[in-house]
Amino acid sequence: MSEAAIEARGLVREFKKGPRAVDGIDLTVAPGEVYGFLGPNGAGKSTTVHMLTTLLPPTAGTARVAGYDVVQEGPEVRAAIGAALQDAALDPFLTGREHMRLQTTLHGMRGEEGRERASALLERVGLIQAADRKVGGYSGGMKRRLDLALALVHRPRILFLDEPTTGLDPQSRTALWEEVQRLAGDRGVTVFLTTQYLEEADVLADRVGIIDNGRIVAEGTPETLKGEIGRPSVEATPADSADLGRMKGVLARFGESVAGSPKAATVRLSGGDAQLADVVRALDAEDIKLLDLQLHAPTLDDVFLAKTGRSLEGAAEEEEEDDDAGDPAGDGSRKAEAIAA
Amino acid sequence: MSGLAVQVGALARRSIVRTLRQPAMVVPSLLFPLMLLSINSSGLDSATRLPGFPTDSYFQFALAIAFVQGALFSANSAGTNVANDIESGFMNRLALTPLRRVALMMGQLAGILALGLIQALTFLLVGWAFGAGFEAGLPGALLIVLLSLLISLAFGCIGAFVALRSGSGEAVQGVFPLFFAALFLSSMSLPRDLIESDWFRTVADWNPVSYMLEGIRSLMIVGWDAEALALGFGCAGVLALLALVAASSALRTRMVRT
Repeated sequence: MSEAAIEARGLVREFKKGPRAVDGIDLTVAPGEVYGFLGPNGAGKSTTVHMLTTLLPPTAGTARVAGYDVVQEGPEVRAAIGAALQDAALDPFLTGREHMRLQTTLHGMRGEEGRERASALLERVGLIQAADRKVGGYSGGMKRRLDLALALVHRPRILFLDEPTTGLDPQSRTALWEEVQRLAGDRGVTVFLTTQYLEEADVLADRVGIIDNGRIVAEGTPETLKGEIGRPSVEATPADSADLGRMKGVLARFGESVAGSPKAATVRLSGGDAQLADVVRALDAEDIKLLDLQLHAPTLDDVFLAKTGRSLEGAAEEEEEDDDAGDPAGDGSRKAEAIAA
Repeated sequence: MSGLAVQVGALARRSIVRTLRQPAMVVPSLLFPLMLLSINSSGLDSATRLPGFPTDSYFQFALAIAFVQGALFSANSAGTNVANDIESGFMNRLALTPLRRVALMMGQLAGILALGLIQALTFLLVGWAFGAGFEAGLPGALLIVLLSLLISLAFGCIGAFVALRSGSGEAVQGVFPLFFAALFLSSMSLPRDLIESDWFRTVADWNPVSYMLEGIRSLMIVGWDAEALALGFGCAGVLALLALVAASSALRTRMVRT
């Protein structure tokens, strides 16, 4: 496949009586690439995924997935993609194996072929022992793994994972990351992954698109993006908490203050990590004793902060509050409206 | 087997399995009609002494209520199942497969019919065990099952329609009492010509539930009454058709994939 696996130009989605959830997105994902779509809740990640997976028609713009137009060639797109959407969409009254059998049948695999494919995928995601238990009794991690197995039934070339590890314990999260890496590495599957976890994007993604308020505000490899910010931060904790005010004053000479521990002074070094020695000397000159001193390399959160003026975690909290206000029932009716619109 | 038949089969199996695995859905739909039957037949037995009452057993008269009341639970069952699929995202999962919408609708209806069949057979057995007569014999009993299934289908499609339009299990639960109002404002407790209150009789005359009840009753009490059967099957059939068209249209809107 020489053309892009996913290509969107000027993609827009507006909801009736609602905001412009996606506001002119341009993106290109190469075949075999893991693309991390990073942003806070309500930024437009899931709406973008719904449009790219043909579940929601765009209001404007175009998108091609696996070479097919998402509006004109929906069935061809669906045949080429697998998707594990936000919240594992499973029937609690069916077993894992029954889910797999239903999915294989709907994808046209009958009899022995369907049974073998189901068993192979259950084995692969480590659910063969639990295959005949009802899904209602599965843990969050097991549900997510089954969700992934279901998305892989028809051997898709492109996989959409919408916040696949939200709510999972660290062990389950790591297991899922390994599976995604295996899919992309060994099998050349293109993965479009939405996440609000910086670490997840950092670990998994070849390239990252950062989305905020429906717009992509930064795009590149995690290293490039962090390199663009380029400035590490230093976090200094005084031995005597009474010195914290004076310490902040000293550190302010070396860069702008950023969020950090309340017991420490944290600044982004305007002159880079070479300034660290100067910081120590300045503190020594003021006779401020240090309890701890840490130099932090730039993170994707720093990139988000630099591009939007907010930290990703802070933005997530704000968006959650906005969501609550706009969705008083708290039942995702805005999403339901989106699907029905 | 064609692709459509395979899809319908797979979804019907899922619908039946998940219905039968929810005792909270199956048991009340059997228990409550039997409780109402028990209360009515012991409390209203003196109504059989009214001139023109068609039978001397109120149990036999009231047995038809159980079939229709059980069918009303289909609306709740179908609606709740569909709403759960929407709320959990399962509908989106199905939408991403090469599934045809008509297969999804038919598969969902299979679950309604399975529950309806269990209900109808249970009420027939209870009636037979407690001495209710079936004037139309075994063929009549089979026709009672058929009419019950058609009524279940009609109310099940209404439940599915509400769920598909609203996407909410709460909305389905909210509509459920209206079905019971329709049952109580029918010829449930008395033949229409014995209802004294004019407004009640008028409502019962216009209420299709009256004719569904009377269709079932005729096979138990009268024998083969062509008019009652035509009206019973006609009302249930038209309601089922209208509800099916409405539910299919709502599904088209809900499953908006390109």
